[in-house]
Amino acid sequence: MLRYILRRLVILLLSLFIAAVVLFVLLRLLPGDPANALVGVGATPEQIAAAQAQLGSDQPLGVQFLSYLGDLARFDLGNSFVSRSSVLDEISRRLSVTLPLTLAAFVLALVIAIPLGILAAVKADRWYGLLLSVVSQVGIAVPVFWLGILLVYEFSLNLRLLPSGGFPLRGYADPGRAIESMVLPVLTIAIVMSASLMRYVRAATLEVLGSDFLRTARALGESHTGALMRHGLRNAAVPVVSVLGIELSTTFLGAVVVEQVFSLPGMGSMLLLGIQQRDYPNIQGVLIVSTLLVLLTGFLADILQRVLDPRLRKEAR
Amino acid sequence: MSAESTELPPRRRRGNATFWLGLILVGVIVLAGIVSFFWTPYALSDMAGGRLEAPSAAHWAGTDRLGRDLFTQLMIGARIALIVGCGAVAIGAVIGVATGILAAFATRFLDDALAAFFDILIAFPTLLIAMLVVAAREEASLGTAILALGIGLSPIVGRITRILTKQVLGQDYITAARVSGTSWGAIVYWHILPNIVPFLGVNLALQFGLAVMAEASLSYLGLGAPPPNASWGRMLQEAQGTVYTAPWGAVLPGLALFALVIGINLLADGLRDRFDPARRDG
Repeated sequence: MLRYILRRLVILLLSLFIAAVVLFVLLRLLPGDPANALVGVGATPEQIAAAQAQLGSDQPLGVQFLSYLGDLARFDLGNSFVSRSSVLDEISRRLSVTLPLTLAAFVLALVIAIPLGILAAVKADRWYGLLLSVVSQVGIAVPVFWLGILLVYEFSLNLRLLPSGGFPLRGYADPGRAIESMVLPVLTIAIVMSASLMRYVRAATLEVLGSDFLRTARALGESHTGALMRHGLRNAAVPVVSVLGIELSTTFLGAVVVEQVFSLPGMGSMLLLGIQQRDYPNIQGVLIVSTLLVLLTGFLADILQRVLDPRLRKEAR
Repeated sequence: MSAESTELPPRRRRGNATFWLGLILVGVIVLAGIVSFFWTPYALSDMAGGRLEAPSAAHWAGTDRLGRDLFTQLMIGARIALIVGCGAVAIGAVIGVATGILAAFATRFLDDALAAFFDILIAFPTLLIAMLVVAAREEASLGTAILALGIGLSPIVGRITRILTKQVLGQDYITAARVSGTSWGAIVYWHILPNIVPFLGVNLALQFGLAVMAEASLSYLGLGAPPPNASWGRMLQEAQGTVYTAPWGAVLPGLALFALVIGINLLADGLRDRFDPARRDG
């Protein structure tokens, strides 16, 4: 197991390096010199040259790449062109909105999807089992921002229970309002996410229900529920966990749309603003931190899979 | 299950029902999109009605805050959604199928590298990749949105193509073809493509739904096709501010988007049941 973790860690670092290279290339493909974005329209050639020297974009690409890698290794993401403040500080401020949003939605989606998905599989021949799989099929096609708008209409404007958007300026120092403004965004993401998760849980459970080991357990005298609890769930969990990793990263990165619906100051709106203002350090910073989180999630999902399934551990050796 | 009185097994009947329901939903939207080329109730920028009118005989879906007819916008939106969907899937298919087949044929090292590359890119949602491509272009346009989404879809197509191609390459008839001196190009054309197209087709239909949804998201974020293109996503963004006084403006574009995406998914499900003998008989 330790050997597997070490090997997986090497792959993680390698992927990070590849991702850093891809990002570097991608950002150099953006039109124009970032220096132009720094000085603005109507700058003299001298001003542009000064900006280039400051950013180092007049250096050869190889030198730029090395200094970029060096900055990354020191977690130095530079300063925003627009606000001149540290990108890393800005990101950590915004992560304090996006991370709780994503994680809370993820947990809620699990709480909804796992029992309902199992129920949909176990009771596939009953009307409610069928209804549940229809609901999950329907839920996948619901645009997340549309659901957000509808929830705002009902719960903020009609019933006046919750704020329609925004985040308190004082952040979590104002815990009541901070939590209030998170409820609808979390609900929006969780509903859409649980629909697709439910499908995976249902499929994995159906697979297990048809398996020989479950039949054997029943033949050995275990009750249907008992066999499912003792042997079924752990087996069904293995394929679901790998999907969970992808789902979690998708949600984290997909939060950009939901943050827009509810005007939340998170990573997504930072990226959108960066794109609109051509604020390259901000775009780059958001992408690097997102990539890191996505790769870390995949890493953890893989390890968790090995913990759940001893057969995978044997193969890995 | 009780004894079946009809001649078809239940799975088959359900497959047919989803197929037809999907076909109807998609058909209505395709029809609206095609008709919009020849006729719409009003011109797109015609401020013919009062502001935020409720649906009526004159304005079937009501009007927006500038008094423009929403039904007209919905029809044009259908056209845009279909164009973006088809365009993005076409681009994604060309890039994805080419790289997927290349990976399947390539040496172990290149294959591993491409497979890892697909996996890394797939970890990022289509929408995010599309946002970056839009950012890389000077300004948003319909063409940019299509290109962006096509590039975003290509790793998903590439990954599936690679797996499907590898399955076909393992067959005896490929070895037979090689032994009889068939070139790789001819093998791809005569043996690989015909064998992967049915499965790939079903998957591309699903990608179509993804592309339509992502286009709506891009437009909602203000990164999609600029006005006067009426995209359902932008209609939703504009209607969000007036949702309390004019809820229909925010409900209808979302409903249209929902109908198209679920219609395509059902259609793909139905097609898979027809094409895949294992599922048909199972």
